[in-house]
Amino acid sequence: MTQAEIKLCSLLLQEHFGEIVEKIGVHLIRTGSQPLRVIAHDTGTSLDQVKKALCVLIQHNLVTYQVHKRGVVEYEAQCNRVLRMLRYPRYIYTAKTLYSDTGELIVEELLLNGKMTMSAVVKKVADRLTETMEDGKTMDYAEVSNTFVRLVDTHFVQRCPLVPATENSDTGPPPPAPTLVVSEKDMYLVPKLSLIGKGKRRRSSDEDATGEPKAKRPKQTTDNKEPIPDDGIYWQANLDRFHQHFRDQAIVSAVANRMDQTSSEIVRTMLRMSEVTTPSGAPFTQPLSSNEIFRSLPVGYNISKQVLDQYLTLLADDPVSLFFFLFSFFYYLHKALGSLATATLESVVQERFGSRCARIFRLVLQKKHLEQKQVEDFAMIPAKEAKDMLYKMLSENFISLQEIPKTPDHAPSRTFYLYTVNILSAARMLLHRCYKSVANLIERRQFETKENKRLLEKSQRVEAIIASMQATGAEEAQLQEIEEMITAPERQQLETLKRNVNKLDACEIQVDETIFLLESYIESTMKR
Amino acid sequence: MASRGGGRGCGRGQLTFNVEAVGIGKGDALPPPTLQPSPLFPPLEFRPVPLPSGEEGEYVLALKQELRGAMRQLPYFIRPAVPKRDWRRLPRELKIRVRKLQKERTTIILPKRPPKTTEDKEETIQKLETLEKKEEEVTSEEDEEKEEEEEKEEEEEEEYDEEEHEEETDYIMSYFDNGEDFGGDSDDNMDEAIY
Repeated sequence: MTQAEIKLCSLLLQEHFGEIVEKIGVHLIRTGSQPLRVIAHDTGTSLDQVKKALCVLIQHNLVTYQVHKRGVVEYEAQCNRVLRMLRYPRYIYTAKTLYSDTGELIVEELLLNGKMTMSAVVKKVADRLTETMEDGKTMDYAEVSNTFVRLVDTHFVQRCPLVPATENSDTGPPPPAPTLVVSEKDMYLVPKLSLIGKGKRRRSSDEDATGEPKAKRPKQTTDNKEPIPDDGIYWQANLDRFHQHFRDQAIVSAVANRMDQTSSEIVRTMLRMSEVTTPSGAPFTQPLSSNEIFRSLPVGYNISKQVLDQYLTLLADDPVSLFFFLFSFFYYLHKALGSLATATLESVVQERFGSRCARIFRLVLQKKHLEQKQVEDFAMIPAKEAKDMLYKMLSENFISLQEIPKTPDHAPSRTFYLYTVNILSAARMLLHRCYKSVANLIERRQFETKENKRLLEKSQRVEAIIASMQATGAEEAQLQEIEEMITAPERQQLETLKRNVNKLDACEIQVDETIFLLESYIESTMKR
Repeated sequence: MASRGGGRGCGRGQLTFNVEAVGIGKGDALPPPTLQPSPLFPPLEFRPVPLPSGEEGEYVLALKQELRGAMRQLPYFIRPAVPKRDWRRLPRELKIRVRKLQKERTTIILPKRPPKTTEDKEETIQKLETLEKKEEEVTSEEDEEKEEEEEKEEEEEEEYDEEEHEEETDYIMSYFDNGEDFGGDSDDNMDEAIY
């Protein structure tokens, strides 16, 4: 784990879970797998606090545990998973676009709580939705359950690993920590619950859920205090599936930019057809015949088979070569990701160094290896400037130098020096910079908020006073008076603060998109 | 790679390789030597790309800020604990409160999973019994809180919520101005009130 990643993890943990969890989490990320006592000793926190922090981290799937011999349980942190926390708003927004408000709230609850049982999720979401509806209307549990089931069917929500059903004939004390079992086929199996009820506005303890539990306790009571029917079956958000969705989105929009709307629709159809059948790490999708694609096109598209074939050939012949045509169409996911990563690099060079540098960069990319003189000739840029730009990019590690010795003694006077772009290493470098950027953005935002803390608190107090006065029916003049407690320059300061914080937040979201592309690319190269 | 040969100070340094291969022609001046670390905020040569605005961007932004606020309110956000005090110097009645909390802490053992909920339920029942023995300290409000907690113990996510409940009830109880625990609450408040 690089320093930049650790710093970012620390900031994220601190913002979302507080200082104690942050201390424990960062310690685990730094040092790897450790048992409980060692953690407490090394971080200097009390055992109770370490226990609390570990519970929170495990609940949110950020830390896993393993039983070693002699009964020692060791805890290990998942740094990558902590970095995902940056992407939570994007996941929730995606759920909203796909499954509207209900889906959005389900995913939000799952992400905020780490793991939950289905009945808990349904109840909470129904309550929340009911709050936002007009008086008298309530949200039915059945509707929420339906959306939940649809989320599971499309694999956006998956089951957590289960405690294996141990036979009670085991002699000796139970193990200090259960080994959880992941059963592939049960991962998306929804227990048969018939949750009947409606969302509640206030917190009242009426009976709401009756249900048929899955296996263990087959009783059916309408008792208030009955055990929850799907006890032990926990669900979590399946982040890999969301990532697949983002990747498909990126590819479709890239095709739309490069060609036209129809071809992007074709690509979208192909991707959707292989959505559930392709495992997440595969370099290419299942082969599809053009007939299948034709049949699966969305209803609105009245293109004939011939036109479809033409489009497919066009896509296959594209030099960016996202497709591979051999009686059926594959989709080279790895290559697609590579193209996306390259495009990201190009645009970064353009924005950072200017369009002429970008021209040189693209040139070197295309020709793979070039000498200094050749760069000047091909790019049609005067020698001095070309040299300057090359060195600038070289110093920032976008371009690297390849030596080709003419003689076995590698004498510098008799060696070719060629400029080249190594996409993988440039991508890694850029990713590292992205992590640093996000860490800087978060720090700056926290600094800005801290600087203006007094002002923020004052404005919050004033707002509270105004709200309470409005509730008790105060006059216009009194409200005016209270509002004037905040002077005009202070108001301006608040406005500036708000604008800055919004900007910084938007930047974080933007950088996270780049992080996603680069990470996907690097991951796909590691898997080959 | 290239080693800088001798000849410092006599014009340009003699280098062991043909400099033209890397593009420094004859008579070109080398860039000035760097004498200090690069500035902290180097001037930007080009304007940064504008941020995406529009409905989606704003919605995601609002979502992000909401999430941040929401996570702070959840029980998963662990606030730094109240510092330990020297109990010899304080009245004994304050100490009982801490002991109750410690008893609860011991029930939160290493990773808990559903098969363990039955065990934990027994322990919490025992704990409740011991608490009932200290009836003089426990107010009626606390009993209600315990019952609510018992219901919530079915869901294990909220088991370690109990402490937060306990600590939160400090505030709520102080509203009702209970004579017994008034000393304990004011102790907490005193610490925070010292500016």
